[in-house]
Amino acid sequence: MSKIKIPKHSPSIDMTPMVDLAFLLVTFFMLAASIRNPEPVEVVTPSSISDKIIPEKILLVTIDKGGRVFLNLSGIEARKELIQNMSAKYKVGFNEKQIETFAYMTTFGCTMKELPGYLDMPAEDRKKYETKGIPSDTTNNQLKDWIFYGNIAALNSGKTDYENAKLEGKNPDINDFKPKFVLRVDGKAVYVHAQNVIDVFRDLRLNNLNFVTSAETAPN
Amino acid sequence: MAEIAEGGGNEKGGKKRAKKSSTRVDMTPMVDLAFLLLTFFVMTSTFNKPKVMSLVYPAKIEDEPNPPKQPQINNAVTFLLTEDKIYYYEGQYFSAGNPQGKPATVLSETNFGPNGVRKYLAERNAYVIKNVEQLDSKLTREQKKLMAEGEKDTIYERKVIEFKKHKDALKVLVKTDDKATCKNFIDLIDELKIAQIGVIAPVDLLASELELIKAKK
Repeated sequence: MSKIKIPKHSPSIDMTPMVDLAFLLVTFFMLAASIRNPEPVEVVTPSSISDKIIPEKILLVTIDKGGRVFLNLSGIEARKELIQNMSAKYKVGFNEKQIETFAYMTTFGCTMKELPGYLDMPAEDRKKYETKGIPSDTTNNQLKDWIFYGNIAALNSGKTDYENAKLEGKNPDINDFKPKFVLRVDGKAVYVHAQNVIDVFRDLRLNNLNFVTSAETAPN
Repeated sequence: MAEIAEGGGNEKGGKKRAKKSSTRVDMTPMVDLAFLLLTFFVMTSTFNKPKVMSLVYPAKIEDEPNPPKQPQINNAVTFLLTEDKIYYYEGQYFSAGNPQGKPATVLSETNFGPNGVRKYLAERNAYVIKNVEQLDSKLTREQKKLMAEGEKDTIYERKVIEFKKHKDALKVLVKTDDKATCKNFIDLIDELKIAQIGVIAPVDLLASELELIKAKK
């Protein structure tokens, strides 16, 4: 009598395809994810149907819920020029290291007086630092100078980039190298706060502003 | 978990055999790690890059001895924004008992819902919406495809701007009081953009208009 044989199955499953898939997905998400720069303020922007993506060269003014004002300028060269101009204007000295820190930093919001101390802090402490934002009232309008010199610095560095692109034989559009002025306002902030900052821009004859918004689908 | 290997204890003096190790590697820890990383990246990655909405502010009139007059625009509507509410009036502002003998301006109220300001704007700006729709329907499939890819069609854009600046197109003044939030403001601008309004001017609120808002509450 022959026994009926039950085919023996190994209890372990071949996991290779699963591992392949898992790593494929990991690689995809790693490449697709954009690393967010640490920002000192959390801002929840309102939504709009606009589909214009945020430009490369920007001067960004952030206004948080409480109306504090923060500034960010893109471009390392431009930031170096900006802080040197501001240092000359406000007679606040910065050493090489502080300038370097400033050039590689992102959004900040403190007075010129606080700035050297702020730059000396380690990055972790800077995140926790409680600031009142950049002063923008009529008696002490530091924001106006930041924007004024920021614009000049960004225009200068844009010009060099433009010349370089020309030398490379491309056909660049000068407007792509000019800084765009972007406001990132918290939806809960009172509009008057934003209006103060907008008035500073308008005083400098910079009337074309952009608001950062999150995307929303357009109704049909 | 550490296990102490007790080597050689149970071998009963037989031949020493080379241990046969399986060619298969246990992949479970690797899979664990892979999925952990996967979950991390799925959760932290943000795909929707922030967008921007551009808005051109009117230039400041400098060194003017007289306060600037209210702009006179044909076919205009003025929106007065306050906390989560929109008031509006059409045409020019007239205070009570004005010398021209016009009836005093009365505010109407609307809201941010689809039946509120959106419906109103769609009706008032029907001229532009209709014409832009007609223009869109004339576009060939290739043109649409190019535009979707971000290519600019200057002729199309010029025509749209022409419609938006036409005298039958609605022009909008936006004024905010001290209670309106940025969300209110951006929502309203967004509605104006949905309704294809080309001329948007954020201007300062008059004291008399503020009184009207207060009286409404």
